[in-house]
Amino acid sequence: MSKEKIYSLLLGFGVFAVIMLMISFGFLNPYWNQIIQFAFIITISALGLNLIYGYTGQFSLGHAAFYGLGAYCSAFVTKSLNSLGYLAFVAGLLSAIIFVALIAFLIGLPILRLKSDYLGIATLGFGIIVKVLLDNADALIPVLGGSRGMLGIPKFTVFPITYLFFIIAIVVIRNFVFSDVGRSCISIREDDIAAECVGVNTTKYKTTGFVLGSVFAGVAGVLYAHLYSFLHPSNFDFLKSIDLLLIVVLGGLGSISGTIIAAIGWTFLLEGLRVILPPQILDWRLVIYPLLLIIIMVIKPMGLGSGMEFKFIKAGDGNR
Amino acid sequence: MAYFFQQLINGLQLGFVYALIALGYTMVYGIVRLINFAHGDIFMVGAYLGFYALTLYHLPFPLAILFAMAGCTLLGITIERFAYRPLRNAPRISALITAIGVSLFLEYFSSLKFVFGPNYLAYPRPFSVCIYQIGTVCISNIQILVVGVSVVLLLILQFIVQKTKTGMAMRAVSYDKNTAKLMGIDVDYIISVTFGIGSALAGAGGVLYGIAYPQIHPFMGIMPGLKAFVAAVLGGIGSIPGAMLGAIIMGIVETMCSAYISSTMRDAFAFAILIIVLLVKPTGILGKREIEKV
Repeated sequence: MSKEKIYSLLLGFGVFAVIMLMISFGFLNPYWNQIIQFAFIITISALGLNLIYGYTGQFSLGHAAFYGLGAYCSAFVTKSLNSLGYLAFVAGLLSAIIFVALIAFLIGLPILRLKSDYLGIATLGFGIIVKVLLDNADALIPVLGGSRGMLGIPKFTVFPITYLFFIIAIVVIRNFVFSDVGRSCISIREDDIAAECVGVNTTKYKTTGFVLGSVFAGVAGVLYAHLYSFLHPSNFDFLKSIDLLLIVVLGGLGSISGTIIAAIGWTFLLEGLRVILPPQILDWRLVIYPLLLIIIMVIKPMGLGSGMEFKFIKAGDGNR
Repeated sequence: MAYFFQQLINGLQLGFVYALIALGYTMVYGIVRLINFAHGDIFMVGAYLGFYALTLYHLPFPLAILFAMAGCTLLGITIERFAYRPLRNAPRISALITAIGVSLFLEYFSSLKFVFGPNYLAYPRPFSVCIYQIGTVCISNIQILVVGVSVVLLLILQFIVQKTKTGMAMRAVSYDKNTAKLMGIDVDYIISVTFGIGSALAGAGGVLYGIAYPQIHPFMGIMPGLKAFVAAVLGGIGSIPGAMLGAIIMGIVETMCSAYISSTMRDAFAFAILIIVLLVKPTGILGKREIEKV
C-alpha cells in the first residue's frame, strides 16, 4: 500500500471517528447532526453534477430533478414496505438507482445531442417538467402527496450511512475519472469533435457520464428523503439545480476536492449566517450570499479550487 | 368556438408580455452570448416601480410606464457595468453564475422590508375595467392596452435596430464583435445600450403584467423570465422577430393548456414543446444555423 493510500484511509476514518464521537458525546445537537448529514448529501449530488458538467462538459441545469426522482421513488418503496426495516431501505435505494438510471438514460440519449446553452435549456425544461409532474403526482398515486408534500417517510438515514455513501461517491467518481471511460469523457469536454475524430464514441460516453452522475443525484435524494422524512416538490425545483451548479462552479470545474469543499462550505455558510447574524438582520442572509457569489466570480472566474486536487484523489504513479 | 377565440385573445395578451421580456434576453444573448438570468428580476423591479409611480406619486399611466422603463434602464446598465463587464473575457459559465447571483440578489434584496417587502401586493388599475363584446368574444380595455403598448414598443425597437446608427452598430457587434471594434464601434457602449434597451422593455413588460394579472411579489419574475427565455430560444435566440413569434406561441400554448387540458400542468406542456422543438430544430424556429469550425 502506498503512503497516499494509508493517509487517505486514515483521513477518512479520522473524520468519521471525530464526528461520531461528537454525536455520541452530545456535542452536536440533532439539528447540527442533520445539517452535517445534509452537507454530505449535497456533496454526493454535487459530485454527480461535477461528473456531468465538470468532467464530461455537458451543461445541465436540471440536476435537482434526478435528486427529486430518487427521493420520491425510494420514499414510495420504503413507505410501502415499512414493516421490513432496513431491508426496505435497501429495496428503496436499489429501486431508486434503477429508476433514476433508466430515466437519465431515456432523457439523456436524445437531449445530449444538443450542445452547451441549448443542452442547459433542455435540461432546465426537463427539471421543470419533473417538478410539475411531482406537484400533480397525487392525482395518479395519492401517497406521493403532490403539492401537499409527502409525509411520514421512515427515517433510515443516520450519520454512518450518509458518510459511507459520501466515501463511495468519492471513490467511484475518482476511479471513474481515471479509467479509460473517464478519459474519454474528459476528451469530450475538451473538444467533442476532435474526440469523435480520434474514434471516441461520444454519444456512448456522454450518456455514460450523464447516467452515472444522475445516479449519484438519485442516491443523494434517497438519503435526503429518509433524513427529513418529508418531501415537497419545491425542494427539487429549478433553484435547487442552480444551487448545485453554483457549488460545482465555485469549487472549480473538474475538481473533486473543490466540489467537496464548496458543497460543505456552501451548506455551512448558509446555516452559519443563520447563527451569526442577529435576528433583526437575518433577512440579509440571502442577500449576502449572492453578493459573495458575484464577488467570488468577478475575482476568481475559474472557481476557487480549479485545477487543485487533494493528493489522495490524484492519480497514483501507476495510473499515470 | 367562441371559447377558443376567447382563449386565443387571452393567449395573445400573455404572449405580448412575454415578448417584451424575451426581446431583452434575445438581444443580450445575441451580443454577449450570455443567458442573463437577472432579466426576469428586472421585469419584477419594473412592476414595482410602476406600482409606486401609480400609488405613491399618483402619476398617470403613461408616465408610470416611462418611469418604470427609465428605472429599469438604469438598473440594467448598472448591472452590466459592475457584474458582467469585468467578466467579458472570462469563461462563459462564470458570467452565467454571476447572472444567477445578480438574480438572487435582486430577489432577496427586494424582499427586504425597507425595499419592496416580502408580501404580495395588489396592483392598482389606473382606470376601471370595461369589457367590449365583439360577436361572441369579450375583449377588455386592459387587453387592448397590453397588446397596444407592446406593439408600439416593438415597433419602436424595430425602428431603433433597423434604421438608426446605434441599431446598425448593435447588429454589427452581434455579428462579429472583433471586426466591429476594428470598424471603430465602441463595443462596450453598444453592449450598455443593448442592456439598457432590453431592460426598458422588461420594465414596461412588468407594468403591463401587473395591470393584467394584478398581483406582484419579489419572486414574480422567475417564472415569466424563464418562459420568456424559453420563448426566445423557441423562436431562435438572437433573432428579434423570432423572439416575438416564440413569445406569442408560448402565451397561446400556455393559455390553451390551461383552458383545455389542465391549468396545473401547463408549465410541463410549455417546456415539453421546448424540448421537442430543440430536438427537431436545435436553433429554434427562425434561428440561423451556426457553422461550427474545428
